[in-house]
Amino acid sequence: MSTTTADTAGTGTAERAPLPWRTLWDNVVQAALSLVLALVVGGALLLVSGRDPIAAYRSLYYGAFGTTDRFTETLVKATPLLLVAVSVSICFRAQVWNIGAEGQMILGAIFSTWVALHVKGLPPLLHLVLAFLAGALGGLLWSLIAGVLKAYLQANEVITTSMLNYIAVYLLAYLVRGPMMDPQGFNFPQSPLIPEELELPRLIARTRLNVAFLVALAAVLLALVFWRSTWGRRTEIVGASRRVAAHVGLNVPRTILLATALSGALTGIAGWGEIFGLHFRLIEEITRGFGTLGIVVALLGGLNPIGMTIAAFFFAALVVGGNAMERNANVPFALVDVIQGCVILLVLSRAYLFKRSSS
Amino acid sequence: MITVEMRGITKRFPGVLANDHVDLDLYAGEVHGLLGENGAGKTTLMNILFGLYQPDEGEIRVRGEPVTIHSPADAIALGIGMVHQHFKLVPPFTVTENIILGLGGWGFIDLAAAQREIAAVAAQYGLDVDPTARVQTLSVGVQQRVEILSSLYRGAEVLILDEPTAVLTPQEAESLAITLRRMAEMDKTIVFISHKLEEVLRVTDRVTVLRAGRVVYTSMTRDTDKATLAREMIGHELTSLERAKVLALAGDEDAVLSGTTGASAATNNAPNLIEVRDLHVRDDRDLPAVRGISFQVHGGEILGIAGVDGNGQRELVEAITRVRPIQSGQVFIAGEDATHWKARDFIRHNAAYISDDRHRDGLIFNFDLSRNVTLKVFDQQPFARAGLLNFPAIVRFARDLIARFDVRAPGPHIPAGKLSGGNQQKLVVAREFSQNPRVIVANKPTRGLDIGAAAYVHEKLLEERARGVAILLVSSDLDEVLLLSDRVLVMFNGQSMGVLRRGEADPQTLGLMMAGTPLTALRVQEKVS
Ligand SMILES: Nc1ncnc2c1ncn2[C@@H]1O[C@H](COP(=O)(O)OP(=O)(O)O)[C@@H](O)[C@H]1O
Ligand SMILES: [Mg+2]
Repeated sequence: MSTTTADTAGTGTAERAPLPWRTLWDNVVQAALSLVLALVVGGALLLVSGRDPIAAYRSLYYGAFGTTDRFTETLVKATPLLLVAVSVSICFRAQVWNIGAEGQMILGAIFSTWVALHVKGLPPLLHLVLAFLAGALGGLLWSLIAGVLKAYLQANEVITTSMLNYIAVYLLAYLVRGPMMDPQGFNFPQSPLIPEELELPRLIARTRLNVAFLVALAAVLLALVFWRSTWGRRTEIVGASRRVAAHVGLNVPRTILLATALSGALTGIAGWGEIFGLHFRLIEEITRGFGTLGIVVALLGGLNPIGMTIAAFFFAALVVGGNAMERNANVPFALVDVIQGCVILLVLSRAYLFKRSSS
Repeated sequence: MITVEMRGITKRFPGVLANDHVDLDLYAGEVHGLLGENGAGKTTLMNILFGLYQPDEGEIRVRGEPVTIHSPADAIALGIGMVHQHFKLVPPFTVTENIILGLGGWGFIDLAAAQREIAAVAAQYGLDVDPTARVQTLSVGVQQRVEILSSLYRGAEVLILDEPTAVLTPQEAESLAITLRRMAEMDKTIVFISHKLEEVLRVTDRVTVLRAGRVVYTSMTRDTDKATLAREMIGHELTSLERAKVLALAGDEDAVLSGTTGASAATNNAPNLIEVRDLHVRDDRDLPAVRGISFQVHGGEILGIAGVDGNGQRELVEAITRVRPIQSGQVFIAGEDATHWKARDFIRHNAAYISDDRHRDGLIFNFDLSRNVTLKVFDQQPFARAGLLNFPAIVRFARDLIARFDVRAPGPHIPAGKLSGGNQQKLVVAREFSQNPRVIVANKPTRGLDIGAAAYVHEKLLEERARGVAILLVSSDLDEVLLLSDRVLVMFNGQSMGVLRRGEADPQTLGLMMAGTPLTALRVQEKVS
């Protein structure tokens, strides 16, 4: 090796980083085709049920992007989707099929709310950071349970993480009806409000768009850096082949553990963002299925940080616009579920659908 | 009767001319051998005939008619079937289900009728297959028969087999040869891709040699011989080592045993770099595989381990390279007690390892070359700084190795899986030898390679020996062991049958030892007689 200095520039595309841009482009094209196809199926359904698909989609579009208000709402919904997708993609690339985002989000919400309510006497900023870290820790611990079982006992993570999801849901239900219930809450299943000074600042006044969105964007940046780091490379190798990884001297269980831990922490942060940015208290429907939808976003985005960002906005728009469409065009929200379902099916089958063109 | 004519077939891949104006005629009733080094373009040519690739130039006639074969479905409709190296069977399904899978048609399937028809076809060609068996319970050899049966059931007149014996035991290969002969007698056309000279001579009627994408030789099999075929395959000027190898393959063992490869650099005071003391290792089923072996390998020496496959060689190697637990006994690497090391420690002590299965242990096929050659060093300077990968350094390193080790590839960014087997092995060798190892453990480093690539690997091993490296070489190929080793240890049933020096090791003695007669017993017999 000669010097490893400034000749980085000018070496052309060949020496670019490994995030394969060609693959990304393929993914974008494939994802776009999947979406168009899903919209066509949805449109056909509308037509059959005697509604005007153009009008419906127009109201969906305006619902998601029509006004500043609607658009920021889309960004608000994209926030947890993006965090969960980035988190899930790390596990998936390590071939750890962690579907426990719901549970990890819930634990993140519980831990961070607890810190907000029960730790006293800290300056607000420090308190907020502590709550943030507690949220990360909650998600991390929850995913680590599955991680340890997977790494050292080869327990199937699909089963353990979905079981942990159930436990988390019931734990939350218990907490908001028992130990963490708001004494002045008229017996609603919810915790007291967090101190006002811990609420995340709004990015645009009179909208719900808040700092959590920036945290989600930071997570995307983190992912971009992660896949350029030695840690990311180790994760990738272990994901590609446990056997080769062992032969080249990697510690496979530890790499699996670290991937699940990082992933769980990010998901826990999604829970923190929902509490401190939107609800300001622990409620039962804290995840609203975002944990699961985030997994779809990750797959639709091809586990690629940029692809997932696009996918997260799309799904957020679909949810927000779908609500508006239901109100304004009198189209049931179930149509959104149909479109989502179609996208999921297309994404899952695209390995086959697009095989010819890519091989 | 000519069934297939390929004329002027040319196929380019990025940076590679895989087929260069290839002409090939196939006749009904012949087994046609397609011989060539890895990467010569055999698979590509047949993939074109099977409709998987479109040729850039050239034309194909089937039974005299010009055809364009857009897809395997077209090929099957024309009566062309192909059995790939990796089978395309669904393990939990039965043989019958697998065969009728994807046959199309709507309506209901009459499984019982299909089963009877399949059994009839199997009987006709003497293929011993139970149509009701689940594929996952079948051995590789039988699965291959299922693939053949499937093609025949679909009406194949031309059957292409891509390196069919690579996955077979000698007995299975023998039974395949009989099947192919019978199919030829029934006027089928068989294309038999291989790079093993003996079996091509044994099985085929006619043989075509491809080299670097071109047809360089065609002959009736009975009019040619090993030495000619070997020469045509390799083509370029032979180095002395390659010549020795060719002669060995042609059966001229004297040239090999007279020590064409030069004397070892090992001297009496060379350091003892690999040592194994009374080693016991268990296999994957937890049965004893290595049962009390001891030996030493000095710097500048190659110790060959000969033996029939499955006598504990793999477990021995994996224990030394620390990817498999040691039950008892000790391993020393460069004087240090390595018994409790992990694979990482083995690597960090400047020790290289070439596994006998590059697909499973050595390479990640969907990673590009630059990632594969840095699998062991990506987290060290200059490839990583402050925990971040230094891509320019990684890619430059990869380019350098590709050039130095003559890996034929369009560039460092193509997936390793796209390379031919020989080039994949060169890639492994490049990675393992790039760090100037002091110790090399190589398990069948030339398995599945053609003569040219094998000779290349041999040369590299000898170069390393000359540098003073201690090399443990496991092989079930006697020629290879005799050609390279300074001493040969014969393993049988997990134990050593004795160690022979270069010159003492003649094929007959080795054969007896590999069959389980200890050297001491042989010596006693000699004295008695
Ligand atoms: N799909 C592909 N893309 C790029 N290069 C390929 C592809 N398939 C084969 N090659 C290249 O074409 C050459 C011929 O390969 P192949 O036909 O597989 O050789 P053989 O079967 O004789 O070993 C090799 O250099 C190989 O790397
Ligand atoms: Mg081939």
